Amino acid sequence: MAKLNEAAVAQITEICQRHKDDKTPLMMILSDIQNEYGYIPLEVQELVSKQTGISVAEIYGVVTFYSFFSLTPKGKYVIGCCLGTACYVKGAQNVIDKFSELLGIKPGETSADGLFTLDALRCIGACGIAPAVSINGKVYPKVAVGQVEGIIDSYRQEAKA
Amino acid sequence: MAMINIKIEGVSYQVEEGLTILEAAKKCGYEIPSLCAFNHGECNQGSCRVCLVEATGARGLVASCVYPVSEGMEIKISSPAATAARRHSVELLLSNHNMNCQQCDKNGQCELLHVANVTGAREGAFQGVHSETHYDELAPGLVRDTSKCILCGRCIERCKNAHGLGILGFENRGFNTFVAPAENRSFADSPCIQCGQCVNVCPTGALMEHSEISKIDEALAAGKTVIAQAAPAVRAALGEEFGYPIGTPVTGKMAAAMRRLGFTRVYDVNFGADLTIMEEGTELLGRLQNGGTLPMITSCSPGWINYAEYNYGDLLPHLSSCKSPHQMQGAIIKSYWAEQNGIDPKDIFVVSVMPCTAKKFERQREQLKVNGIDDVDAVITTRELARMIKRGGILFDRLPDEDWDQDIMGDYTGAGVIFGVTGGVMEAALRTVYFKLTGKESEPIEFTAVRGHDAGIREASIDINGTTVNVAIASGMKSAKVLLDEIREGKSKYQFIEIMGCPGGCINGGGQPYVRECFLHGESDDIMDTYKEKRAQALYSEDERQTLRQSHNNPQIIELYEKFLGEPNSHKSHELLHTTYAAREGFNEVK
Repeated sequence: MAKLNEAAVAQITEICQRHKDDKTPLMMILSDIQNEYGYIPLEVQELVSKQTGISVAEIYGVVTFYSFFSLTPKGKYVIGCCLGTACYVKGAQNVIDKFSELLGIKPGETSADGLFTLDALRCIGACGIAPAVSINGKVYPKVAVGQVEGIIDSYRQEAKA
Repeated sequence: MAMINIKIEGVSYQVEEGLTILEAAKKCGYEIPSLCAFNHGECNQGSCRVCLVEATGARGLVASCVYPVSEGMEIKISSPAATAARRHSVELLLSNHNMNCQQCDKNGQCELLHVANVTGAREGAFQGVHSETHYDELAPGLVRDTSKCILCGRCIERCKNAHGLGILGFENRGFNTFVAPAENRSFADSPCIQCGQCVNVCPTGALMEHSEISKIDEALAAGKTVIAQAAPAVRAALGEEFGYPIGTPVTGKMAAAMRRLGFTRVYDVNFGADLTIMEEGTELLGRLQNGGTLPMITSCSPGWINYAEYNYGDLLPHLSSCKSPHQMQGAIIKSYWAEQNGIDPKDIFVVSVMPCTAKKFERQREQLKVNGIDDVDAVITTRELARMIKRGGILFDRLPDEDWDQDIMGDYTGAGVIFGVTGGVMEAALRTVYFKLTGKESEPIEFTAVRGHDAGIREASIDINGTTVNVAIASGMKSAKVLLDEIREGKSKYQFIEIMGCPGGCINGGGQPYVRECFLHGESDDIMDTYKEKRAQALYSEDERQTLRQSHNNPQIIELYEKFLGEPNSHKSHELLHTTYAAREGFNEVK
């Protein structure tokens, strides 16, 4: 098993300590790791298991149950296309297909340059502005297929700057 | 406990408050079919929906395995709505099941098939896409086939309860959910100890032992000298496969049956157990007298050895270097017996019948080979032996009671028999250590303080000639962990510790016959609580029937040392009967 470096071990340990008095700490720990470390690979799960006494299989089960958690590193920009009912009937499938085509990745994957991750989301509660796309927390309302290329380009420019 | 009034099918009953409907109904004489509920709530997910009934005060039908009874509740099991719902639940499970029942070794003991029968569910009521199948046969001990899994979660709970391990878990969600070690790894690439407790509780054939019956068939067909040997715990449970009450010792019939399966010799591993005591007892005395690593821990259980190598690599010097009894006996068969009979060890094929799935892993360990030759060539479980007996058309109950072969080896003492139950190895060792230190036999022979039949830690202080030996016994890794952490922290007060992998010891091993209430109508209602004790009693009673009850009094063991090995822990003993251990990474690198 690939070993975590010391800094990573310290970071994960600190996150576990943060929640050690919670009744059910696992979700909070994983959530913090996802946000701060970026992803939750098996080595990290083993460390969480050692710290909490919760089995690796159970942790892995939680990580694979919630789409918010990721086993692989995510890109610099995480594009979340909502495919909830309202967005879907407003053509969200075409929007995500366009992202997929232009980036050359399937939903759940990360582009080779590490810039973009494409995620399919199930209702982000923005039905009034369907179809909605959320990129690193910024929400794009009523996205049309024709806007997709421009959105991607704006982030490519930002990355270069 | 407060009693409350309920009605089932209009008839009034008084039952204890706090029971689930399922438990209360059982006490009133009803068996509601169920799958995910197991062993008094050891597993109770309420997930399979096979136990649905009508109950007043509830909205819709309720899962009786999790819904508690309440005062005045009226329960209907046979209402049209309830019977239809239970049937549909099973039909839905079947719609995502591979249905290759005739190819499944669980056939005849499958609880899914049982509830299908009871509820009237039939194939094909619902048809559609099946979940993706994940199949793992890489581990020597276990096979996992998700196409038969009903996601009840019993295996997950058992692994946690017995060992605190939790190797298995639910992965992914919805229709894509399956049960697997983390990352859907093979058992072989995870810190699974291959004890088989998960197999013992699986209601279907999703988790099974890795069968080696075909290896035996090949060896017989190739004309090899096939020698079979059976472990002590097998005799305490094999009868269950042929309708005998739990706890019936069937030693004589087992020897007779094995002889009829074409083996050249049939030996009792008790001989190997006696040999183990000679070696291990001597090793313990050596460590006590020469300041060796203490406490010394027994090394008979391969599930425990796996656990130690994965989790306590720093404590491996505490393990006895003795091989387990069947490996010792295999090594003696391929040296001493081969020499005496003029047969090339390469032409000998040793089969061990074990209550254990981890023994299948153990026999393949590199550290156990002698001059490149395995001590044992195939390991089958108690259940597999039963399958071979049935396949051979042998009517088990009509067999005469026969003796094991005891030509130049195979004779055994009562000390060897009790190896199959938690505390047994300890007691057998103490009988011999007592004699070695005092020159006389212990009186009484038994050391009852170390006896038990369940998981949990027992301890005792034994006074031998003014020397106090502190001992402890644990079975199941959850209990063992407590003792091991004490050693790690330098707080252990013991000189000798016995650890067995499965809760209760080998009598409750992962290769033993399934204990399922729905198939055991002749047994008492508390059989899930008492079966281990009953199996243990079968072994203790055989110990009592033996005239020789201490390993060092076994005449063939004495002869083996005189003619061949020299003395316990001699150079030759070390070559044949001792082994080494190595720490291992739990989640190893997988390509």
